[in-house]
Amino acid sequence: MSDSGQQQGLRTPEQSAEPPDLLRVCGVTKSFPGVKALKGVDLHLKAGEILAVIGENGAGKSTLMKILAGVQEYDEGEVLVDGLTVRFKGVEDAFDKGIALIHQELNLADNLDVAANIFLGREPRKAGLLDKARMRRESSSFLDRVGLKVSPDQIVSDLTIGHQQMIEIAKALSVDARVLIMDEPTSSLSQHETEQLFKVIKDLASKNVAIVYISHRLSEVRELADRVTVLRDGDNAGELFRQETTHDNMVRLMVGRDISKYYALEPRSHGAVALKVDKVRTIQNPKHALSFEIKSGEIVGVAGLVGAGRTEMLQTLFGVMPALDGSMEVQGHSVVIRSPIQAIQNGLALVPEDRKQQGLVLEMAVRENMSLASLGRDQNKGFLNHRREQDISREMVAEMKIKTPSDLQEVQYLSGGNQQKVVLGKWLAMKPRVLFLDEPTRGIDVGAKQDIYKLMEKLAEEGVAILFVSSEMEEIIGMSDRAIVMHEGKLTGTLMRDELTEESVMQLATGTQAKPISNN
Amino acid sequence: MKKIYGILGVFTVVFILTAIMSPSFLTPYNMERLILRTSLFGIISIGVAFVIITSGIDLSIGSIICLIGCGLPWLLVKMTVPLPLAILIVVTLSLLIGLVHGVLITKLKLQPFVVTLCGLLMYRGITRGFTGDQTQGFGKFFSELRWIGVGKVAVPGVPIDTFGIPVPFFLLLMVAILASIFLNRTIYGRYLLALGCNEQAARYSGINTDRMIILAYIICAAMAGLGGVLFILDGNSAQPVVLGNFYELYAIAAAVLGGCSLRGGQGTIIGVVIGTALMQVLRNMITLVDWIPTHIEYAVIGAVILAGVVADEVVKRISASRRAAASRL
Repeated sequence: MSDSGQQQGLRTPEQSAEPPDLLRVCGVTKSFPGVKALKGVDLHLKAGEILAVIGENGAGKSTLMKILAGVQEYDEGEVLVDGLTVRFKGVEDAFDKGIALIHQELNLADNLDVAANIFLGREPRKAGLLDKARMRRESSSFLDRVGLKVSPDQIVSDLTIGHQQMIEIAKALSVDARVLIMDEPTSSLSQHETEQLFKVIKDLASKNVAIVYISHRLSEVRELADRVTVLRDGDNAGELFRQETTHDNMVRLMVGRDISKYYALEPRSHGAVALKVDKVRTIQNPKHALSFEIKSGEIVGVAGLVGAGRTEMLQTLFGVMPALDGSMEVQGHSVVIRSPIQAIQNGLALVPEDRKQQGLVLEMAVRENMSLASLGRDQNKGFLNHRREQDISREMVAEMKIKTPSDLQEVQYLSGGNQQKVVLGKWLAMKPRVLFLDEPTRGIDVGAKQDIYKLMEKLAEEGVAILFVSSEMEEIIGMSDRAIVMHEGKLTGTLMRDELTEESVMQLATGTQAKPISNN
Repeated sequence: MKKIYGILGVFTVVFILTAIMSPSFLTPYNMERLILRTSLFGIISIGVAFVIITSGIDLSIGSIICLIGCGLPWLLVKMTVPLPLAILIVVTLSLLIGLVHGVLITKLKLQPFVVTLCGLLMYRGITRGFTGDQTQGFGKFFSELRWIGVGKVAVPGVPIDTFGIPVPFFLLLMVAILASIFLNRTIYGRYLLALGCNEQAARYSGINTDRMIILAYIICAAMAGLGGVLFILDGNSAQPVVLGNFYELYAIAAAVLGGCSLRGGQGTIIGVVIGTALMQVLRNMITLVDWIPTHIEYAVIGAVILAGVVADEVVKRISASRRAAASRL
């Protein structure tokens, strides 16, 4: 196998007298404003087969699954069920063909009981009233099939996450699902629950249910999958059969791509340690203590797959959620940070992941958003300092090239990129010593991305220590002086600039290889 | 400022219509009473506006009015507590009620509706308890104190017996000016507006949102307490079972009419005052105009408020889509 092979191992299925594939996807494309999420994906699936679909964040897995489950429609191409072309207008259409999707976040009405959830929206009725006896009876048989020993009368919120997952599967079986799509089903399950789930999956496959299994956990894929389809940038990157599903093979197919060199990072000299994090544990991942340092003028990327605990780490460091224990130092001084107020007082700033919910007051003007964090500093005995507010806001709008008719425009009418610049401007007005950025370029156009990269570089030159979380591999590799990688709440390693490749990051992000944390 | 033109227009129209329909509307005595009632309700409406701006609600205002309004004469007349001490008790109690509401809502994360609904039930029940459900009043005493409620200030050239500006009007003026400065000129007012729109973003910006919300409930309860004192000073006597009934709804309605959104983050003090005045003119109209049966008062007020918020929403949507279109160009 050559490393450069782009389409290696994509085999054509046996064209014999066998019945047509249960499910077949041919050259399906899907575009969203500004992005082509799928560029012509192929996929096929036989009854009783377990197919794993893997790929980096943003490779198009979720979009493809949503199309198969009728949540979204595709643009071009063809989807065939039993050899017949289908075009789902909604989830019900997919149900009719026996395709059910189990989302990463469970979709149960957890205030209702098990039977009510299994039959939600398709309740059997008798004389116009709910036929509870029949719901209970039939629920029991579906629960038996997934090997779950709970009463149909039990309230769902009283069940463990693992059991709730089984309810979702039972619900899928109740619509006669022949294809079960599972999106990261084990992300919140314990080891034991995962084993239970695998047993059920294998059992269903042996009864001719086809499974599409999406996971970032390559060891699970290895254990479970008959076949693996790898997606990359909205396209097929290759296919692996059971005996080929080694970790290295999977990673190579997931990443193998040239990094376009549009980040021209000059080597920078770094100053003293700006932020030292020592054995900090977050509420979400209490098992792993996080320790690392950032120097002033250094840009450190935080890589990892979705759900690795990166956002939670930033939020804990910024005091949004209190740390369980551990300590932090800013420029050599020990600090206690239990609220954003304390974080800001100590020179930290956070550009949050969800800019509309956490970063901006959408109904307020650009100027008012820009000053929100610095009002306390710029106050005049409690009164607003209108002059200073206006000066800072105008300066930031000009410096960051924010496109807005005036700084009195409400930010909800700005584009995503300009909104993000407002959030950044709010923090730059505070002259932070340490800047946390959570997915700083998510959902913004290329031009604005470039502006934000340039700004990050400029800030680093001015001595700001920058820690940024990104799910875009190019961004991590292009922007980081050093990257730290997380896997399931744990820091699995540090990569220096010259060690940064997609493969080295992926190795650490999937948790197969650990590399000691270094701070140089 | 643009936001109050609508309500100001409606107020003017209703005012003129009432003047045309009823000859007694513009009489000096009626105007005096109208200004007085607007002043008293204006003060409690400004209080609840602060809570509504945080996207909260306070249903206990009427019962706080009852508690303080009946409590003050009870302390002074029945318990013969000295005046300064009685005032100290009344003020402390009002602030404390607001503090407790705020702490329960922010720290225990209880819903404002539930907390203040319980307040609505409790404070009236407590008042009926300690007064033995008996009418409370000042009788012939405390006439100096009562001047704050019933006193009048002469207008140059007009005999005071014909028309004078009620003293509470000056209190409203003071409260409104202070509230307006607080909301628009201080950083705390900005914090309230910001957290009312998006509490999470405010918190991420380093604003102590819990403290600001508690402050809003304290302001609201304090204004209700002040309202309670003024209502009893004006009326001289009151029954615990009646005083303040439904007043929280008048206050909320006035705030909403005046441009406060129950979703939070919006509102002006001048709007709330005009909203209050509109409510009072409406009530006045129903009483004075012969062919409107008095007992349909609630129906008329309800319909007017509904029409007001519908019109407001429609205008808002049109302007929003216009602005969105403009910024797309």
